[in-house]
Amino acid sequence: MTQSSIYAPEFARLVDVRPLTELEKLFTIELPNGRSLGHDPGQFVMVSIPGVGEAPISITSSPSRSNGTFELCVRRVGDVTSALHRMEPGDYVGIRGPFGHGFPIEQMRGKDLLFAPGGLGLAPLRSLINQVLDERGSFGRVIILYGAKRPAELLFRDELEEWAARDDVEFHVTVDRGDETWDGHVGVITTLFPLITVDPRNTVAITCGPPIMYRFVIMEMLGKGIPETQIYLSLERRMKCGVGKCGHCQINDLYCCKDGPVFTYAQIKNVPEAL
Amino acid sequence: MRLRILPKEEVPRMVQALMADYRVVGPKAKGPKFVFEPITDPSEIRLDYNITILPPKVALQPPQERVARINLEGEVPQPEPLIEAEPTVIFGAHTCDVHALRLLDRAFTADYPDSHYLERRRQTLVISLECLEPCDEHSFCKDMGTLTADEGYDLHLTDIGDAYTVHVGTEAGEAALEKYATTRAATDEDMRRLNEVLSAKWPRFTHRLNFDAAELPSLLATAYDHPIWAELGERCLSCGSCTNVCPTCYCFNMLDTISLTLKEALRIRRWDSCQLDEFARVAGGENFREARAARQRHRFFRKGKWLRERFDTTGCVGCGRCIRACLVNINIVEVFNTIHGSA
Repeated sequence: MTQSSIYAPEFARLVDVRPLTELEKLFTIELPNGRSLGHDPGQFVMVSIPGVGEAPISITSSPSRSNGTFELCVRRVGDVTSALHRMEPGDYVGIRGPFGHGFPIEQMRGKDLLFAPGGLGLAPLRSLINQVLDERGSFGRVIILYGAKRPAELLFRDELEEWAARDDVEFHVTVDRGDETWDGHVGVITTLFPLITVDPRNTVAITCGPPIMYRFVIMEMLGKGIPETQIYLSLERRMKCGVGKCGHCQINDLYCCKDGPVFTYAQIKNVPEAL
Repeated sequence: MRLRILPKEEVPRMVQALMADYRVVGPKAKGPKFVFEPITDPSEIRLDYNITILPPKVALQPPQERVARINLEGEVPQPEPLIEAEPTVIFGAHTCDVHALRLLDRAFTADYPDSHYLERRRQTLVISLECLEPCDEHSFCKDMGTLTADEGYDLHLTDIGDAYTVHVGTEAGEAALEKYATTRAATDEDMRRLNEVLSAKWPRFTHRLNFDAAELPSLLATAYDHPIWAELGERCLSCGSCTNVCPTCYCFNMLDTISLTLKEALRIRRWDSCQLDEFARVAGGENFREARAARQRHRFFRKGKWLRERFDTTGCVGCGRCIRACLVNINIVEVFNTIHGSA
């Protein structure tokens, strides 16, 4: 008797692999039979390579731009991601998911949106940003504050330029340390907040970045008067199952994979292990 | 309903008969201790055991199992789920371990059903055994409400001297009893002896928690920053023995291996432990539960609060295995009593 297993991946074809920076590549992936992944912005998939391992990776493409494929922006940092970086178009990777709770886009309609991604934190937020831009009319202001360590670490530079050029997007970018190629803003991401004013009650703020960043960015958001229930963050944890069983991603009593990875600040502010 | 009576001399015959159709996993001696292992000879089964090193969970969530095979010979890898299940009888589980199975059942059913565990569970008969004496000084089943069970088994045995009374818990249990055992109807005398045995057992078990275990979740809610966690962190060796022997621990790791020929890959699930240093560490280097104190706290909060709140059944069944297994004498009863004492 053959039964299905939530732990058995299905294999999907890499249709494009594009370097974004020294450490990050963008993988465009096609599921069998052109089936759509059917994800919400903010969800993730478990990506596996036979004999190597499996890792949770956020989906960076917008559901509004699926074309029968989806995109993962992956930093080369561990066993699985290093093996993935050695793969080429035509190769196959294991996919399980999409899993988790993403961003509640319906509750964001009509609202002003303040995105504050740091570094690789842009990857999950880009999914939502591009969906919002594709349905631009149903949202208020779109403000994007993006911070990276160095100019060479900025992701999706072509899209950043596009966002900067649009007059319906307020885009500010900063780097912690500049170089000779950089004539923009220098400073950590929090130094961008004084550049904007928001109507706090009508604003939803969204952030994702390295663990160290959340406290400071959330402090800025609260400082603008944005309510705790309107601040969304996406968290990273080790995951082995993606479905709330293996225990690795637990944040106190919450399962990052199942209860998150997107949480409101109100949900996690009293959860000591969250930030 | 009227109970059935299984004379003790019939037990080996029953086990033998079951062995023809099932893998029978029961308590047997291992050195001076006991383990749940497949029985190969009915005389091995030791229903007089006190406690096993590992719980009967091993029959439902084995320490290691294959969950998928991936054929790599073609252009596209072909995954094939592997459900390693076979008809099994867990013979002689104590009631604390029966209560633990309820927790595992709920954990592996919730949200995304785990077909590996659930298929094994579907093919498993549980024949439990009423405890008449505490296993040893570390048992605290009376505190955790697991000293007896009125569900969770297919058949339940109680030793009344030269025979066991058999309470039928399910239709599957009834059919198995019919097919594999020679029993007789209980007489008034059997019922009198059963009542005698059951009333005699309760005083033999003492309360070891200084408070009602129902208070554990609210007690722990006030104890997140208790100094005891730092003290336990200093002592704990992060060996993972406590979680390995725990009947309600089910955390696991996944391993992906490949054959020497590169033609086949396997996905293997193995027990894991929240007490190990790398349990919550991500590839980027961040360890979200780096301090041993935080990992110890995590375990006690899971056992006393979080599992109960999530699955509405006790996360600790009072078997005392973690106490016996700990190399540095960390004692869950003392931990809870200390917290209660300083609340």
